Amino acid sequence: MLEVKDLYVNYGAVEAIKGISFTVKPGEIVTLIGANGAGKTTTLHTISGLTKAKSGSITYNGTDLLKTDPSKIITLGIAHVPEGRHVFPEMTVEENLEMGAYAGKDKGKITEILKSVYEKFPRLKERRRQLAGTLSGGEQQMLAVGRALMGNPSIILMDEPSMGLSPLLVKEVFAIIEEIHKAGITVLLNEQNAKMALSIADRAYVLETGKISISGDAEELLNDERVKKAYLGQ
Amino acid sequence: MKMPGKIKRNYVINFIGLLILFAALLLVFENGVFGSRTNYFKGIATTACYTIIMVTSLNLLVGIMGEFSLGHAGFMSVGAYASAVVSNMLAEKGIPDFLLFVLVLLIGGIAAAITGVLVGIPTLKLRGDYLAIVTVAFAEIIRVAFTNFEITGGGRTMSGIAKLSDFYWVFWVMVICVTVMYMFIRSRFGRTVKAIREDYIAASASGVNVTFYKVMTFTVSAFFAGIAGAIYAHYMTAMIPTSFNFMYSAEFLTEVIIGGTGSMTGSIIGAAFLSALPEAMRAFSRYRMLGYSVVLVLIMIFRPGGIFGTWEFSLGRILDKITEKAKGKEA
Repeated sequence: MLEVKDLYVNYGAVEAIKGISFTVKPGEIVTLIGANGAGKTTTLHTISGLTKAKSGSITYNGTDLLKTDPSKIITLGIAHVPEGRHVFPEMTVEENLEMGAYAGKDKGKITEILKSVYEKFPRLKERRRQLAGTLSGGEQQMLAVGRALMGNPSIILMDEPSMGLSPLLVKEVFAIIEEIHKAGITVLLNEQNAKMALSIADRAYVLETGKISISGDAEELLNDERVKKAYLGQ
Repeated sequence: MKMPGKIKRNYVINFIGLLILFAALLLVFENGVFGSRTNYFKGIATTACYTIIMVTSLNLLVGIMGEFSLGHAGFMSVGAYASAVVSNMLAEKGIPDFLLFVLVLLIGGIAAAITGVLVGIPTLKLRGDYLAIVTVAFAEIIRVAFTNFEITGGGRTMSGIAKLSDFYWVFWVMVICVTVMYMFIRSRFGRTVKAIREDYIAASASGVNVTFYKVMTFTVSAFFAGIAGAIYAHYMTAMIPTSFNFMYSAEFLTEVIIGGTGSMTGSIIGAAFLSALPEAMRAFSRYRMLGYSVVLVLIMIFRPGGIFGTWEFSLGRILDKITEKAKGKEA
């Protein structure tokens, strides 16, 4: 479904990604784990076109994403939930969600999806006239996820959904991810909370300063000594 | 949910309100209430009209797109000079005044819009302070260029421009410009631009082509500034590039901020008030900028969002309230 091959990304003279390759197959939850500055966010940004790659290739169902206009990538069914709950603070919850369907053309379908998002997140429905900036952190994260779902994606890129949330909310967010996954959407998840991420993922890649150091089944990695030591605190 | 029917009704009511205002001004001016000073007051009203267009168009950038432009007078001068050059060429060719006026307005607007695209494409990848600096530089370049071009008078005053900016026409031009800008803000396009202002990462992650929308908004804003410039040229009939200097741009920005960034109402009232004020206080004209600065500081402290914030005036809404109250009394 999604194939990243030998990807290099630079920020000016700094090499952020130094030749990573990985794949995501339909129906999987794949997680990229790693410390700050390992290149997780850069990887997702490059996939959705927000950052330009230096070399390598990213193909999605046969389409070369590096040659696709960033504003068209979402129409291919790739949704991106940016890191740090990027909602539109001075717009209402409903306007935020409508922005998620920005690329959609079919109005009837958008209303239908909106309904299903409200079903999934009843709290957003309650607050649909409220300004997004006044929502709590957890609600904003839900809104960001809901907005991504508005594009009717087949794969969703999630960047650190647990960042800055209380442990209880982190659990809730992960339950939402599992639910989305059950609905048939493939998930590529960036996470620092390695334990949580590995517990729901099928496969995982460990990023270290721009390179993939370890990869394998999530369960395998949970028991890997190196991962345990470096990321699970055991 | 707002009914489209209700929106239509509000447009009609506001239009009637404007007609009444226009009729009142017409009565006052035509009956010579001010006696020999009628033309003087008409002049102030004309100044207010093109200032309103300038300030509302700048508000598109500052309030809706969330970017500071300190070079708006640059677009105004492009519009002013382009329209003046064309009207000088077409003068005494037997074109009816009104037609010529509309034509030069469009020429001014289009010339400024083209400049807007040319400046916008390379610069709008910048944000915040960096963009503000580039806009200052742009306005300076325009000013220096016009001081050296032969066709714009080469640093001397360009004079003898036909006096086409009649207040009664200018009033309706202003109304049309403001209405179009208001509709622009309320459209899907306007909402997308607001989303970019709120969070450009989230906007581009939603599939918005951020640069395209920013350049387009910049262009629309420049277009209206060009129209205001064309009115200016054909009202003053003589002009010099140095009047479109940095202070003039800063004045527009001050008016946007005082009125309320993002509020058309604020821009209109701010512009009308502040273009009449210096006339009223001629004796203190040297201290005008000082006064602006003090007001600006006070507003930043007490009302950081400007006097009107993002509030919009609507005659329809006021009528609704009055009828509601009346009904309440009956019951």
